[in-house]
Amino acid sequence: MTLPSPMRIREMVRKEFRQLFRDPRTRAVIFVAPVIQLLMFGYAVNTDIRETATFLIDHDRTLESRKLVDAFRATGYFEVVGRSERPLDLVRALDHGDALVGIEIPKGFARDLAAGGTSIQLILDGAESNSATVAQGYAQRIVQRFALERARQRGALPSGGIELRTRAWYNPNLESRVYNVPAVVGVIIMLMCLLLTSLAVVREREFGTLDQLVVSPLTHQELMLSKTLPVAVVGVIDLTAIALIAVFWFDIPIRGFPPTLFLAALLYILSGLAVGLLISTISRTQQEAFMSMFLFLQPAIILSGFFYPIESMPSVFRWVTLLNPVRHFLEIIRAVFLKGEGLATLWPQYVALAIIAVAVLRLAVARFPKSIAA
Amino acid sequence: MPDAVSVRSLTRRFGDFVAVDRVSFDVAEGEIFGFLGPNGAGKTTTIKMLTGLLRPTEGQAIVAGHDVAREVAIVKRNLGYMSQQFSLYADLTVEENIRLFGGLYGVTGARLTARRDWILEMAGLSHHRTRLTAELSLGWKQRLALGCAVLHEPPILFLDEPTSGVDPVSRRNFWDLIYDFAEAGTTVFVSTHYMEEAEYCHRLALMNRGRLIALDRPDRLRGAVQEPLLELRTDNPARAVEALREHPVVLEAAMFGRAVHLLVRDRDRAMDEVPRVLRSAGLACEALEVIPPSLEDVFVALVRREGGAPVG
Repeated sequence: MTLPSPMRIREMVRKEFRQLFRDPRTRAVIFVAPVIQLLMFGYAVNTDIRETATFLIDHDRTLESRKLVDAFRATGYFEVVGRSERPLDLVRALDHGDALVGIEIPKGFARDLAAGGTSIQLILDGAESNSATVAQGYAQRIVQRFALERARQRGALPSGGIELRTRAWYNPNLESRVYNVPAVVGVIIMLMCLLLTSLAVVREREFGTLDQLVVSPLTHQELMLSKTLPVAVVGVIDLTAIALIAVFWFDIPIRGFPPTLFLAALLYILSGLAVGLLISTISRTQQEAFMSMFLFLQPAIILSGFFYPIESMPSVFRWVTLLNPVRHFLEIIRAVFLKGEGLATLWPQYVALAIIAVAVLRLAVARFPKSIAA
Repeated sequence: MPDAVSVRSLTRRFGDFVAVDRVSFDVAEGEIFGFLGPNGAGKTTTIKMLTGLLRPTEGQAIVAGHDVAREVAIVKRNLGYMSQQFSLYADLTVEENIRLFGGLYGVTGARLTARRDWILEMAGLSHHRTRLTAELSLGWKQRLALGCAVLHEPPILFLDEPTSGVDPVSRRNFWDLIYDFAEAGTTVFVSTHYMEEAEYCHRLALMNRGRLIALDRPDRLRGAVQEPLLELRTDNPARAVEALREHPVVLEAAMFGRAVHLLVRDRDRAMDEVPRVLRSAGLACEALEVIPPSLEDVFVALVRREGGAPVG
C-alpha cells in the first residue's frame, strides 16, 4: 500500500473546488440556501402564540367578570373576536374555525368568587393541538394570577397557600426561536455534507469521468480524500456563517466557548461526510443518491429532538436516537449556545459523535473500492 | 521483446451471461491492434479488464509486462485510456483538464508545459485554451480526450470506439494521429464497429458474442473467405433476402446498404438461379456481379461458419 500522493490530492481538490464554485446553481446551494433556510426557520417556525382568536360568553356580566376578561386580554395572548350569550354561538365559532379558544363565565361568577370558590370553562380547538396546549398553559397562569390578586386584596391567600412561580432559565420568555435556530444550524450542515459528498462521486460515475480517474494512478484513498476535503471546508464555512447570523441577526445568545462548538462541528461534519460517502457506495445514479439521502435525513431529523422531545419517544426509539449524529450535535449546540456548557458536561455527546463518525467512515472506506471497480 | 499485451483465457461473466468467453491473444509492441465486432460482442468488457476497470472472472491479462490483477498500480502508469463516452470534465476549461491529468500522472513543471503545448497544437485548440470543454465541438473534444490520454506518454494506448459519432473527416484525422503514435513506438489497442476503420489496423481481432472468432491481418482475413460473393441490386432488398435465403445455392444472404450480398456455393449456378428466383417472386434483378469480399462480408461469413448469428 503506497502513501497518498500530495500532488494528486492537491490537483483533485483544486478541481473539486473549481467545479463547486463554477456552477451558479451549486454556488447557490452552498452559500445562499443555508442562509435562506435559517431565515425561514428563524421567522416562520414559531410555535409561540399571540392574539389567539377567542370567543367569549359572559353569563355574569359583572365588574368581576369583566376584570377577568381584561386580564386575559392584557397579556396579548388572547384577542376576543366575538361574544354572545348563547353557548351555541361558541360552538359555531369553533366549528367554523373563527375562534381557537372559547371562554365561558357562568352566572353568579362574582357572587361565588366572593363566597370563596368558582370555576370558568375554557374550550379549546384540539385539532390544533400544539396551539391549544400553549393556550391552555397561558390561560391557567392568567386565572391563577387573577385568583391570587383577588386573595391578596382581601388579605388572605387562597386555600393551600402555595403559589407556583415559574421561571424559565436559559430562555426566559420561552421563545421557540431561541430553541429552534441553533438546531436548524445543525440540520442545514448535515444536509449540505450529505448532498455534496454523495453526489460528488455518483456524478462522476454518471458523466463517465469516474473511469478516467480509475485508470489513472489515483488511488481509492486519494479519491475519497479529494471528494471529502472540499466538502469539509464548505461545511465549516457554512457553519461559521449561519452561526454568526444566528447570533447577530436573531440575537440567539452564545453563552458557551465557541471553540467547543467548533470541535463538535468538526466531528459532526466528519460523520456527515462518512454517511455521504457510504450513500455514494450504494447509489449508482444521482437520483438514487437523492433518495438514499432523504431516507436517512428524514428519520435523522425526527429522531434528533429537533421538533419532538426525545424523552417522550417510546424507549425503542430513544435507543435508536443514540446512533443518530444529529441528536448528539443538537444537544451540544443547544447546550453550548443557550446554557454555556462545555466539554466537562457534554463529553458523552462528543464521544458518541466520534464513535459514529469513525464507525461509518470505516464502513464507507471498506465498501468504496468494490463500488468503483466491479 | 516482450508483448505489450498478453491475454490468456480471459473470461467475464455477469450472472449467467458470458460477456467475454475464454479470449486469448498477444499484441506486439508498436502494433495497431483492432478489435472489431457489433455492439455487445464483448469489446468494451475486454478493454475494461485490461485497464483494471473490471475484474476478470477467470483468466489472466498481462499489460506492459505486469499482471493487471496483481500489479494494477504499475499497469496504470503505463497505459492511456480513452472511452467511447467523452470523459473529460465539461465544466473545466481545456487547460484545467490538461493540468488535472498532468497532476494525476505526475507530469509537472517544464514537461507539463511542453506536453500541454503539444496537446493544444495537436487538437487545434491553441486559441481555445481557456474555453470550457462543454463548449467544444465533438471532434475537438475527442482530440482533447486523446491528448489527455497520452499526456504522460504511455507505452500502451487503449481506445474504446474513440471515433463513434464523429464525422468522416475528423475520423480520418484521428487515424492519422493514431498512426503517428504507432510510428513513435506506442502500442495502440483500438476497438471499433466501423469496418473501414478496421482496414487501418495492423492486425484485427473479430469478436462476436464474447468469443474471438478470428485474428489476423485485414488482407489475410479477406482471403479467408473462399466462397464466391455476389452483389445484387434489386428494387426490394428486404424481400429479395427473404426469397433467396432458403435457396440451396445460397449460403448466406444479407442486406448491405441498398444492395444484397450473397455468399454462394457455386458461382455459375448462382448467376443462373438468382435472377430466376427473383422473377418468380415478382422482383427485379437490376444487377448481379461477383465482388471481392469486404471485412463486413468476412465477418458475416465467419459468424456463419461458427454456426451463430451476430449480435446487434
